[in-house]
Parts: sequence; C-alpha cells; structure tokens
Amino acid sequence: MSKSILAVDDSTSMRQMVAFTLKGAGYQVEEAADGQQALDIAKTRGFDLVLSDVNMPVMDGIQLIRSLRALPTYKFTPILMLTTEAGTEKKMEGKNAGATGWIVKPFNPDQLLNTVKRVLG
Amino acid sequence: MTIDLSQFKQTFLEESDEGLDVLESGLLALDSGTADDEVIHAVFRAAHSIKGGAGTFSLNEIASFTHVMETLLDEMRDGRREISKEAVNTLLNSVDVLRELLDAARDDVPPEMARVNEAQRQLENVLSQSDEAPSQNIAGSENSSDEMGQQEKNAPSGWILKFHPHEHMLRTGNDTVRMFKELASLGDMDMVADLSGLPEFEHMDPELSYLSWEITLKNNPEKGEINKAAIQEIFEWVEDDCDLTIDPLYEEAAEIEKSDDEEIVADSVEASAEPEQAEVNTVAQDDTVTAIADKSAQKKKKSSSEGGSIRVGTDKVDTLINMVGELVITQSMLSQMGEEFSMDKLEDLREGLAQLERNTRELQESVMRIRMLPISFSFQRFPRLVHDLSQKMNKKIELKMSGEQTELDKTVMEKIGDPLVHLVRNSLDHGIEETDVRVAAGKSETGTIQLNAYHQGGFIIIEISDDGAGLPKEKLLQKAIDKGLVSAQENLTDEKIYDLIFHPGFSTADQVSDISGRGVGMDVVRKNIKELGGNVDVSTEPGKGTTFTIRLPLTLAILDGQLVRVGDETYIIPLVSIIESLEIETDNINSIAGTTEVYKMRDEYIPLVRLYEVFDVQPDSLRLQDCLLVVVEGDGGKAGILVDDLLSQQQVVIKSLETNYKRIKGISGATILGDGTVALILDMPGLLSLAKEIEPVKHYANG
Repeated sequence: MSKSILAVDDSTSMRQMVAFTLKGAGYQVEEAADGQQALDIAKTRGFDLVLSDVNMPVMDGIQLIRSLRALPTYKFTPILMLTTEAGTEKKMEGKNAGATGWIVKPFNPDQLLNTVKRVLG
Repeated sequence: MTIDLSQFKQTFLEESDEGLDVLESGLLALDSGTADDEVIHAVFRAAHSIKGGAGTFSLNEIASFTHVMETLLDEMRDGRREISKEAVNTLLNSVDVLRELLDAARDDVPPEMARVNEAQRQLENVLSQSDEAPSQNIAGSENSSDEMGQQEKNAPSGWILKFHPHEHMLRTGNDTVRMFKELASLGDMDMVADLSGLPEFEHMDPELSYLSWEITLKNNPEKGEINKAAIQEIFEWVEDDCDLTIDPLYEEAAEIEKSDDEEIVADSVEASAEPEQAEVNTVAQDDTVTAIADKSAQKKKKSSSEGGSIRVGTDKVDTLINMVGELVITQSMLSQMGEEFSMDKLEDLREGLAQLERNTRELQESVMRIRMLPISFSFQRFPRLVHDLSQKMNKKIELKMSGEQTELDKTVMEKIGDPLVHLVRNSLDHGIEETDVRVAAGKSETGTIQLNAYHQGGFIIIEISDDGAGLPKEKLLQKAIDKGLVSAQENLTDEKIYDLIFHPGFSTADQVSDISGRGVGMDVVRKNIKELGGNVDVSTEPGKGTTFTIRLPLTLAILDGQLVRVGDETYIIPLVSIIESLEIETDNINSIAGTTEVYKMRDEYIPLVRLYEVFDVQPDSLRLQDCLLVVVEGDGGKAGILVDDLLSQQQVVIKSLETNYKRIKGISGATILGDGTVALILDMPGLLSLAKEIEPVKHYANG
C-alpha cells in the first residue's frame, strides 16, 4: 500500500508539479486548491503526509495546519509547509500552528522528493 | 529522477495571467479607495504566487522582479507602509513590465531588460523612501562564513549529539524515531537514552515527550565522513523544539572535549565549529542543482508555445457528457429499430428521429456554450485604461460596468476587444467634458462611463455610454457638407446625421490627440464589427451624453444566411450584409467608362457584380430582366449582386475552407445544406474587390 499525500496549493502549476513528481515516485496524491478544500478532504480520510502552501485564499496554510492539528486523525501526521518566506517569522508561525517542517520555494522535484522521502521513510 | 518542468510552464503562465489581472484590478481598487482589507492580501498573494512559480520553473528574471514587488506589497499589507498613489502607480507600471516578462517567457524570447531594470529601479526607489528598516532577508545570511576562521585542524572522527526534545515536539508531527533512522543512515550510531525526565505513570501524558538522548555518531568507512550540515539538516525543523548540541568527536581527545561540553550546552547549534569538508560538500551540491536547472531551461526552449486553450466549467462538460449519453441511447434505439423494421413501426421511427433531432440540437448548443466566455474577460482591461487616461487628461471619470457575466464566443470576444477600446477612449476623450466645463454646466465633476452587456435573441448587445456633452449635431453636419459627403440642401434626420461619424474619413476632433486620434476612425470600428456579423449604432442627447450600441452574433460558427441560386450552384450571402433585393429595371443600368456597369437605385449608383462571371458558372439566363439584384454592403460601399433566384433564409453552420481546402478570395467558408450538397458562403468585401479585378467578358443582352 503506497503512502498517501495531500498536496495543497492555490497555484495550479505548483500543484501539478508536486502531484506529478510524487505520483511518479509511487505515492498516492490528492490535490486541494485552498485550506478549506484541504480540510474538507482531510475530514473524509487520513493521509500519511500533508504538503501545504502558506499563502492561499479562503483559508491559508497556517490556519489549515491549526485546523488539522485539532482533528484527532491529524494530531501527529507530518505536515510540511511549502513556503517562499525564507524569514524565520513565517516558519515560526507555522511551527507554532503545528507544522512539522517546511520546504522552501523554489524547489525542484528532486529536492521535494528527498524531503518527502525523509519524512515518510 | 529528473522531471521536465517545462510541461508545467504553460499552466504557470496561464495562472500568472490571472494573477496579473488580480494585481491590476486590486491595485486600481486600492487607488480609488474602494478596496477592503482582503484586496491588498489578494494582490500580495498574486505577486507571491507568481514569484514562487517563476522560481520553481527557472524563470529567474520574473522571480527576482516579482520579489521586489512582493517586498513592497508585503509592507503595504502589514500596514508598515501607507498605500500611496505613487506606490500604486509604480506597482501598476510594474504589472505592465511583468506582463511583458511573462509574454517573453511564453514566446521563449529574451525579455527587454532595460524596461525591467528601470521598473525595478523605480520600485526600489519607492521602497527606499520608507523610514522603515529594509525588510530582512535572512536567506543569505544564515550560512554566513564567520565560522571559517574556527576550522578544526584535524577532521573529527564523528560527532556527539545531545538531544533533548521539548515536551510538545511530537505534536508537530516530528517523529524522533524517523530522525534517529536518518542519523543512523549517516554512519555508525550509538545512543543512550536518559529516562530521568519520565514522570510517574499516572502523571504521564502519552502525547508528550519526556526522554533525552546522547548520541554518538562515528564515521563509517563505507559511508564516508559525516558532515555537520547533514546532521543539522535532520534537526532543522525542530531547532526550536529541542535543546541540541552537536560536537565533533576526537577519539584521542574525547576526555578534553567532554569537559568543554558543559559550557556549550547553553548555546544552540550555530555556535559550534564547521569543518572545511562541510563547506566543500555544500558547494558541490549547489553545482548539481544549477546543472539540473540549466538542463530544464534548455528543454524549455525546445517546446514551442501551443495554441490557445479555454478553461471550461465542469458543469458545462457534465451537461455535454449527459447529452452525448442521450444521443447514444437514441442512436441505439434507432439502430435496433432498423434491424427489424416493419411499416407498423413507422410512427416509432418518426418519434425516434424527432428525438435524434432534439438531441443533436441540444448537443450543438452545449458545444457552442463551451466556447462561450463571460464578457468580463474583455471588460477587465477597462478599469486600468480609464484610470490611466483620466489621469493623463486630468478628468475625473468613474467607470461602471454591468452584465460582465454575459457570455460570448471566444473568437468574437478576441476580435471585439480593439473596437471596444476605441469606443471607450473616444468617450473619455471626446465624450466627457473637462471638469470646469462640467461644473459650469451644472453637472457633477466626475464623469461616468458605463459599460453594459446583455443578451437579446441570438445576439449580444454591448453598450458604451457616457454622461458627457453629446454629439455636436451642427458641427457634424457642417463638416459633412464641407467634405462633400452630403449636400447642404439635403434634409437629414438626426439619426442620419449622427450616423455620419461612422463614415470613412470623417473625424470631428479639431485636434488629433494621442488618446483617440490614432488614425483609426469610427469607420474602422464599424467595419471591424461588421466583419463579425454585427453592427454599431450611436444615439446621443445634447448635454446628457452619448451611447454606442454594439450588436454582435453570439458565435461565429453559425450564420444567418440568404441562399441564392446561380445556375446549378447555391451560394449563401450573410443576411447582415444584405440591404434589399429587387427586380431589375433595365433602364436603370448605365455603364461608366465603358466597362463598369452601375445600377441607379433611387439617388445612388451602385456597381453590379455578376456572380456567374466571378465564379465562372453557367447562369439560367443572360437576360437582365430574368435576374434578381441583391443589394449588399461591404467594405464601406454598396454593390448589387446579380443572381438567378432567391431561395430560403436559414441558419447555416460555417465550415472552414482554409482547413479543409485552401483560402479563396471572395469566399469566407462553406456549409452543408440539408440535401447534403455543399454551398459556399460569400465574403462581401472580398467578393467586391475580386469583381473589380475581373474584366467583364460577357454582357447581358439589354432587352
């Protein structure tokens, strides 16, 4: 049973790139275009990993992480932020909301896969 | 695994176009003070997404340019900077530059860096005006090389780690076991757990972490030397959720090192020494990353940009699938009937065929609907246009738009863009008066331009109205008389006078301004709209304003046509270009210069076009009185087309000749008639110019 990943980004091209890369490596991928969509999907099933953009309309990544952590299923699920904010501020905000870690944009597919492999083993 | 990123570039560029529109409309809203809090966030997000995507897809000029925009927007978003007119204008200008950059990326051509640099300089200029300390950009400084001087003389044989997670570390989804596994993959690992922090069982919360570890990680000859950066990377995400020290391990000097440990514990990771090896390795890694990026950039160049795409709502696709489903059922019903047909089933057959017709029509309508886009795609450029031009002209103008959701065929939309811009510019320039003139006339300082769209029958109506001075009737008439377009004695209705502005070569502006007087007159606007099978009219009320009304067919794929017959051939004349059809009175025919024949229709002389001559077919009769004359308008002039007979009027589906055969002058396409024969659709402007080239070889016998 391959591991499942929820990829959240309001940018279609980013989502496509992430999904394409991860599917190519044998992961199951579900996509969501904003935090609210992601949360709705997450409530219906569990994922082994959530990858989420930070700046999104409707519900941003930070709020999504906070909402996910409040769900029993997602208490310990790894959640990585995809963020361009190199500054510590956003990372800290994410960490305080319960993010496991981050991947700094721009990243290439190999960097993404390495990080995902690290988390999922 | 190497993945070709160019496949996502197209999507990125499309979504960036949307982002640009958000940026532009958001900035305009900010400028006019109609924006709420969400707007600045949406604007920031748009810039932010473009920057992120551009970086990912190796569009570095775009990434670095949007970075500056983003920095400025970030300060505005946080309230650290006032949203000033100057900043908004600079950002609007940057949006234009960004659009050029994206276009260049789409066409795979190098961008014009001079403009980019200029815009970037302006942005930085605005940024530096702040009394604010420049926004911190830590990315680069994190790996500062201050530590270079502290290099150890001897490479360590491994590392000693003291790792004490804070109680809540697990709650961020960071798993200590996962981290230990990663550590173990670097070398030979030995670890001792410190259980002293464990509380009594009844006080223990299973979700908290109570343990700490001392880990010895020794270089493994097979895996090579462990560099500190690799260890730091594993703990990168939990830096602030644990106490961690990483110290080099020297087999011989282990005792001395241990005594030092006590002092270092308080410090965090950064304080310790970094071996040279680590530096070298990081550099090497960076090189490979660049190499990959280069490679994908090369690949990108190869793939040329594809044709335009349309985004279609899922509901439309669902409807389509639904229709096809019904069609399949009808088809299978009919084919079953055909297998064992008897005359008593005739009624069923009729019913089945009626159902097939219904299915086909519905399917046709839904397919057409796929090409339909809301006119907001075309309207959205106007807020910016009005903003820029009204500033330039020192007029206060408010733009109101309604009916933006009215749908229109994509091709029609693309072609109506320029005429619309021209009309709006015209209203701005000539329609709305100067502020003082308005005030003197007792009107409000701010002029209004209203764009409205709605459906009417098979047409879309677009209205452009202003509350300006209205068209100057006397001036128009005088000018027309001066130019010899009408005679002074002629008694023209108001409508006819106002319609003069669409006459070729007619321009009333005393001075040609760079706003609307661009050598393109209203006649071109009307011509372009007529080419789309539509029309444009003007109505005006002195002192109150002017309204231009554009009427366009919803689609170019279907045409209302008049079927005409010449000999055995059937041709289709677009209904919109027909003025009238009449029987010929031979007395009214004259010839000019011995070759060109003209027909006197009331006060006008119109040239005759013998269709049989142009297309070289055999007509029923050469006698003029047996023929009918179809008077058409094309390219600003009228002409009479001689045909044998007028058949029915009907809607025809246009098939492209270009894709199925080749382009032919005078013919805009073809269609398949009910009986299966192909009929050519005449293109009036093309036909008329073609007719001029042909020397008449035969003549109708007069009499």
